[in-house]
Amino acid sequence: MAIKVEHELHKRRSGRNIGLGLVLVAFVAIVFGLTVVKISNGGTIEGFDHTVRYSIEPKEDN
Amino acid sequence: MADVTSQVQAQSGEGEFGDYVALLKPRVMSLVVFTAAVGLFVAPAYVHPFVAFVAILFIALGGGASGALNMWYDHDIDTVMKRTAKRPIPSGRVAPGEALSLGLWLSFISVTMLGLAANWLAAGILAFTIFFYAVIYTIWLKRWTPQNIVIGGAAGAFPPMIGWAVATGSVSVEAVLMFMLIFMWTPPHFWALALFMNEDYSKAGVPMLTVTHGRRETRKQILIYSALLAPIAVGTAFTSIGGFIYLAVALWLNAKFLHGAWKLWQRDEATAEADVYAAEKKYFRQSLSYLFLHFGALLVQAIWVKSGLPAWGLF
Repeated sequence: MAIKVEHELHKRRSGRNIGLGLVLVAFVAIVFGLTVVKISNGGTIEGFDHTVRYSIEPKEDN
Repeated sequence: MADVTSQVQAQSGEGEFGDYVALLKPRVMSLVVFTAAVGLFVAPAYVHPFVAFVAILFIALGGGASGALNMWYDHDIDTVMKRTAKRPIPSGRVAPGEALSLGLWLSFISVTMLGLAANWLAAGILAFTIFFYAVIYTIWLKRWTPQNIVIGGAAGAFPPMIGWAVATGSVSVEAVLMFMLIFMWTPPHFWALALFMNEDYSKAGVPMLTVTHGRRETRKQILIYSALLAPIAVGTAFTSIGGFIYLAVALWLNAKFLHGAWKLWQRDEATAEADVYAAEKKYFRQSLSYLFLHFGALLVQAIWVKSGLPAWGLF
């Protein structure tokens, strides 16, 4: 008995399965890329735990 | 419409990957991509290129989602219209339910991702656009009123406004004018198509202006809308996104477009039938390049200005 069962359905749907796989890989790449861009341009991002939050610091008068 | 509906049987849904892509109306998406990209680029704000790319991608995907919802709802009339009979659902390659779930999921994903990548104003306008196209236009107006194309045209007019909102986080007069340009362009564009595709619409029972009021009235309306469109298109030149390059292109294109509409108005049906609607087909093609060149001119103008050159002079 073959270890891998190749059903006729797999062959019939291979095109769309590969297509969907590529779409999912592209989606992961987009989310990863967005994360990198957002973090590296994160001038306005502030930590909320054990860090200084500049937006709530009282303004100093010179 | 009941007899039309009964002609469509729910199929098993053994479509190829390309069939699911076809549900998203790639040709309409290309126009969405282009106008959204121009709206984003001409805005007076810097957007990181990758964020811009992702934003445009998900605006296009949102447009595609509304296309899938449109094909799901309209599959009964698509079956009887020659122009649409080969679409994935009427030809039996994709089941209607598949198109519905694809449309709903892509709507959710595109709006959420646009909100996360750019801002929630842009995402909100995208969500409204999908709702407008799928519910207001497709489900409500299309089969109910000859004004379907006029009001429904708003859905196709939002992408440059979304692009602008991605860049600026707001909506301004420039974004509204880009919206108005597409909004006022849509009726003459589709009515020109309806002039030579009239049989399709009357067979499907879609109350296009050509079906309800006849071709004579349609020709008159094309002329009226072309005349109303011209000041909007030319007026855009005098905003922050305009300049002498755009003004020159807009003047030339609108003169040509008005002349074409005038010629269509003067033609009678016997002449049109004799040359198989040659002038109407030409005007339809001309309307496509009209929109493309207007947005192309806005893009060139923006490149000019962003290179540090004056909007109203050479140096």
